[in-house]
Amino acid sequence: MNALRRSGHAAYDVARLRSEFPILAQQVNGRPLAYLDNGASTQRPRAVIDAVTHYETHLHANVHRGVHTLSQLATDAFEGARERVRRFLNAASTREIIFTSGTTAAINLVAQSWGRSRLGPDDEIIVSALEHHANLVPWQMAAAATGARLRVVPIDEYGQIRLEAFHALLNERTRLVAMTHVSNALGTVVPIQHVIDAAHHVGVPVLIDGAQAVAHLPVNVRELDCDFYCFSGHKLYGPTGIGVLYGREAMLDAMPPWQGGGDMIRTVSFEASTWNDLPYKFEAGTPNMSGAIGLAAAMDFLESVGIEHAAAHEHALLNAATAALMRIPGVHIHGTADDKAAVLSFTLKGVHPHDLGTILDHEGVAIRAGHHCAMPLMDLLGLPATARASFALYSTMAEVEQLDAAVRKAVEVFL
Amino acid sequence: MELTDLYREVILDHNKHPRNFGRLDPHDAEAKGHNPLCGDRLTVTLLRDGDRIADIRFEGNGCAISVASASMMTEAIKGKDRATVDALFQRIHALLTDAGASSADLGKLAALSGVRTFPARVKCASLCWHTLNAALAQADAATPGTISTE
Repeated sequence: MNALRRSGHAAYDVARLRSEFPILAQQVNGRPLAYLDNGASTQRPRAVIDAVTHYETHLHANVHRGVHTLSQLATDAFEGARERVRRFLNAASTREIIFTSGTTAAINLVAQSWGRSRLGPDDEIIVSALEHHANLVPWQMAAAATGARLRVVPIDEYGQIRLEAFHALLNERTRLVAMTHVSNALGTVVPIQHVIDAAHHVGVPVLIDGAQAVAHLPVNVRELDCDFYCFSGHKLYGPTGIGVLYGREAMLDAMPPWQGGGDMIRTVSFEASTWNDLPYKFEAGTPNMSGAIGLAAAMDFLESVGIEHAAAHEHALLNAATAALMRIPGVHIHGTADDKAAVLSFTLKGVHPHDLGTILDHEGVAIRAGHHCAMPLMDLLGLPATARASFALYSTMAEVEQLDAAVRKAVEVFL
Repeated sequence: MELTDLYREVILDHNKHPRNFGRLDPHDAEAKGHNPLCGDRLTVTLLRDGDRIADIRFEGNGCAISVASASMMTEAIKGKDRATVDALFQRIHALLTDAGASSADLGKLAALSGVRTFPARVKCASLCWHTLNAALAQADAATPGTISTE
């Protein structure tokens, strides 16, 4: 009992949590599945599957349209999900919660709506060297259309952004800082509070790509005081095809719609249209209702586990996996920031990450091998690719051991 | 399936000690291949002597399957005429995608038959062949009289 009280970790019942995820109870290539590709996509707990099934079975109709009962039920469920997201982020209002298809769509929305209407020649957008293509390419497109330029904050040898370089890049031409919260390729947690405060000090708004963060760190947009925060449902134990753009109301209000169509208008004539209120102004067309409802259930689930408890559990696994792999001759860990979340990127000398991925899969271990949609970062590191193991709240020490044994197996095959 | 079906001795050997590695200068054609999924990149340079591939080299960075496949390809086609190379391309393509394909008479290249059961890896093995085709098309375009519009 004393041991239990001493350590919150001991009370963390990972076996019970795993039993909530039906997909994890399977074998791959004759071995228990060790799913360590959570940075790419997390699995769904039964509560999410059930919430989606319940919606599809009992509630579905189009939202915001019908006077009939089902349409009202669907609308209530969908708007209930929006309120759930608002609470998850501690946003001031549901008007600030835009449902999108994912992080990518959320960033593109801001790049196309805010970017194209606010950027001009020689304006600058600051990004970091850690960015996923999703927080890079939309800005390149907006820059190409407006004559603006991208400035890139470099990283140090540990994979941490160079804050002094960031400060030096902030200037009177800076119009926006768009930065990741957690690096998907290296696991670095970026000190976004510092970034936001510094940018705001000179009147520059900040967009945060939270895709890799929301499942591992508590996010409070009012405390952060960020202007935009983007994330995806499927990296948060929710469904694919649903994501969120949080935007400060004053920012969203001043932005023109991006996509036109149903739901986003107030009045339409053949000559002109007027726009609906927030958040609907940015939700043209029938939204992904079942996805939003699944996402809300995922947030309930994650908060019932406790995001801090999950993070502490994942951190213990990350440390154990890092220590285990570092004992294998030829293994190099990429990204050794002081503050990391749930991601272990590594290479094995003489073995291409793609071969490593195949051998690990053969041993039942699912990891990502590749450039992690961060080609500029890989170029910077001088690597074509890395292998990446990434943890979730249901990951176990046994999976870490399975990973360790599988990497040793790769050594055996190749060396 | 077993790992040793994919990583056969000959593949591991060609990965560790790739043959015809490097670049030919001067060359008649150069083509670059890129597999964005895993980041494999390779460059093929070749010299022709009439209809024959007089010499060929490759360089680049890739997984064991792509390096070994490229290495074995250069060995197999050096000195061969165009019809033989084209026929070999078809045989390899079939070997990588068609469970009924025969590997008879393919020599070392038969070692690639294990790739078929690892669908995510087929592109690794075929990258060099597609790059070769691009290089040959380039050499054709640069050689007046070899392109027929009839």
